[in-house]
Amino acid sequence: MKEQVQLDVSGLPLHGRNEASPTCWGTAAFMLIEGSAFAVSIAIYLYLLSIAPSWPLAAAPPDLGPGTVVTVILVLSLVPNWLVGRWAKQDALRKVQLGTIVMCLFGVAPLVVRVYEFAALNVWWDSNAYGSIVWLLLGLHSTHLITDLADTVVLAALLFTRHAGRRRLGDVEDNVLYWNFVVLTWLPIYVCIYWIPRL
Amino acid sequence: MTASEPRAVSDSDLDPPALEKQLAATWRTPGGLWGVLSTVDHKIIGRRYIITAFVFLALGGVLALLMRLQLAGAERRVLSADRYNQVFTMHGSNMMFLFAVPVMEAMAVYLVPLMVGSRNIAFPRLNAFSYWLYLAGGILLWAAFALNMAPDVGWFAYVPLSGPQFGAGKRADIWAQMITFTEVSALAVAIELVVTIFKQRAPGMTLARVPLFVWSMLVTAFLVILAMPTIMIASTSLILDRLVGTHFFNPAEGGDALLWQHLFWFFGHPEVYIIFLPAVGMVSTIVATFARRPVFGYLAMVLALIATGVLAFGLWVHHMFVVGLPRLGESFFTISSMSIALPAGIQIFCWLATLWDGRLMFRTPLLFVIAFMVTFVMGGLTGVMVASVPLDTQVHDTYFVVAHFHYVLIGGAVFPLIGAIYYWFPKMTGRLMSERIGRWVVGLLFVGFNLTFFPMHILGLQGMPRRIYTYPAEMHWGTINLFVSVSATILTSGFLLFFIDVVRSLRHGPPAGANPWGASTLEWATSSPPPSYNFARLPVVGSAQPLWDRPDVLPVVCGLRADRRELLITSLRSAEPQARESSPRNSIWPLLAAIASTVMLISSIFTPWAMVWGAVPVLITLIGWFWPKGTPEDEG
Repeated sequence: MKEQVQLDVSGLPLHGRNEASPTCWGTAAFMLIEGSAFAVSIAIYLYLLSIAPSWPLAAAPPDLGPGTVVTVILVLSLVPNWLVGRWAKQDALRKVQLGTIVMCLFGVAPLVVRVYEFAALNVWWDSNAYGSIVWLLLGLHSTHLITDLADTVVLAALLFTRHAGRRRLGDVEDNVLYWNFVVLTWLPIYVCIYWIPRL
Repeated sequence: MTASEPRAVSDSDLDPPALEKQLAATWRTPGGLWGVLSTVDHKIIGRRYIITAFVFLALGGVLALLMRLQLAGAERRVLSADRYNQVFTMHGSNMMFLFAVPVMEAMAVYLVPLMVGSRNIAFPRLNAFSYWLYLAGGILLWAAFALNMAPDVGWFAYVPLSGPQFGAGKRADIWAQMITFTEVSALAVAIELVVTIFKQRAPGMTLARVPLFVWSMLVTAFLVILAMPTIMIASTSLILDRLVGTHFFNPAEGGDALLWQHLFWFFGHPEVYIIFLPAVGMVSTIVATFARRPVFGYLAMVLALIATGVLAFGLWVHHMFVVGLPRLGESFFTISSMSIALPAGIQIFCWLATLWDGRLMFRTPLLFVIAFMVTFVMGGLTGVMVASVPLDTQVHDTYFVVAHFHYVLIGGAVFPLIGAIYYWFPKMTGRLMSERIGRWVVGLLFVGFNLTFFPMHILGLQGMPRRIYTYPAEMHWGTINLFVSVSATILTSGFLLFFIDVVRSLRHGPPAGANPWGASTLEWATSSPPPSYNFARLPVVGSAQPLWDRPDVLPVVCGLRADRRELLITSLRSAEPQARESSPRNSIWPLLAAIASTVMLISSIFTPWAMVWGAVPVLITLIGWFWPKGTPEDEG
């Protein structure tokens, strides 16, 4: 078969950003997977609730303090997160470096409070099915926080090496997207764990 | 660095032989063990996946034969009751999780990048990782079987049988963790496929020009993404119940046994379509090629694929009709179960119309399609039967159901798959399989299959339950069972002959050339087997049948670099070029990450703390994986 050149792509960028970035789409697909997992976990919560004679089962509702603090920290973190995304888009490396360090701290803070959150659930995972599902929900989201923190720390380190090119800034944008998702998924879980038992 | 800097080697600067040499140097997988362990070439990994999956098919087949040996007569003692429980659990789990889903994804791993005209799959290192993890999951299950600790709770592992109270030992944990391995691997491939299909299509390949096999894999990948998290949460909950004393499935503490069934089948029913939809894509491809015309009703076919994918999530309760659900729920799921016959019917009629209007070439792949249609329609009809609650109540857990799902799975997926192997084998190996032996294979498989499985309908109607290791002579099931067991040898001989043909053709098959069937899709535009870089110049597409437009001319792209693993990113809908993205080089880290994950997951069967200390090596290997190495691929 004879080849016939019909299109010259030499002028295209060497790396796609946003909608043209495969990593961005991969992150979106990954979020769909995690989102499905959270949705199923919440469905389990509601299913167990629907067959329970009372809810919470043989336990006091969780204390609101630590969970609400985590929620506030996470919602607040959206502001620096948004800024980091904007700076990455502008290729402002210095600001992105600083912002990513701030985001590392915003990753650590909720994890510290999270330790108290487990204690504030007022139930153990092996007490009953209610305890099992709230521990599962909180455990899943904590895993979520830990993995994104690890990702952010490695990315922050990379930003201070010679590899801190435009490609890394694209990675920062994907990480920003993912953090928004981490915060977003927390909100329905927060409502489930803390407010449904109070209805 | 930009494209204008002198170090970059553009394909425009090179004449064809020099270009091919440069591309081969950039994309090649080095020889030796290191190359084997570190390759990220989708063709090598796809081939590996396919071969491994067929090894599991053969092993699962041996288990089936063991069961037939045991059931050939009343009160036989070939297998003990305990061993029989392991054997049927292994057979089902192996066939579903280690053969059917992986083999379909494997075909896509090999074919989709070629069919969309790209150089590699998206996230090729994830692809390598997914294979190693799949292999580890398979070895885990079979090693457990060799050690007499294989799961014995059925492939859907119902609680309470699989729970802490009745499922002593580690058998059910092995099952649940095998799920983790295979599902992580399947999910990884699904992500790769979605991104490859969305973003790596050849310029001009708009959504309306995407080959039907690629469409079917796109829908399948979304089913995997939406269904498999459920089974992962379910199997994790099961392990937690067994290992750390949670009560998800323990009714005494507010849990529920039916919850397991809901979770399992919310995944389990889409799973059937995860296996079947790729087969639909294969059939569409084969029909078009051997009828020498495009598939009739392209849009209807695509919509039917999507409709099947959506409806697949609304039927799971039909597996649970006998557990005593509200009547309204049962009626709803009866209707939804029957409604899925509509898109299936549309597909069948579109294929028939294509064949009706085509100039048919009755080669082996098309014969498999005909075997598929007959068998699948029969399986579909019994499917409509068991979708109705009164009938299901009668035949639930009998051999009628065993017959039904083997008709839809073997008829609906394995026949198209073997046809697809005959069809794409020349592309993968450069050699054609034997047409003469192929006809025998179709005949033996079709006749052997029907003689083996049709009588099971009757056994089921006579009341023979599934999963019994023996039965008393007074039940009078012996004669039919003996007939079934003898027929199974015909089916086996078909598979054996197929394997012989594969091995023989690898060495002695006639050379295939680039496009032996005169097919229309892009994988046939490159040599057989394709070079490491797939296409010297990436193709440009002007219709849904690019190779039929102008059979002697291939419109192509220029301006890509040849010294950097580079492929083209195009827009989602209209496939307009957006970027020259790099594709990662070979790496050993995916293998190391898979080993670290395997250690963590298997250890966690024995201690929950493994998830903590085991995560450290996983993290280290992932950092090694993603840390830039200063290659041209890291630029830009």
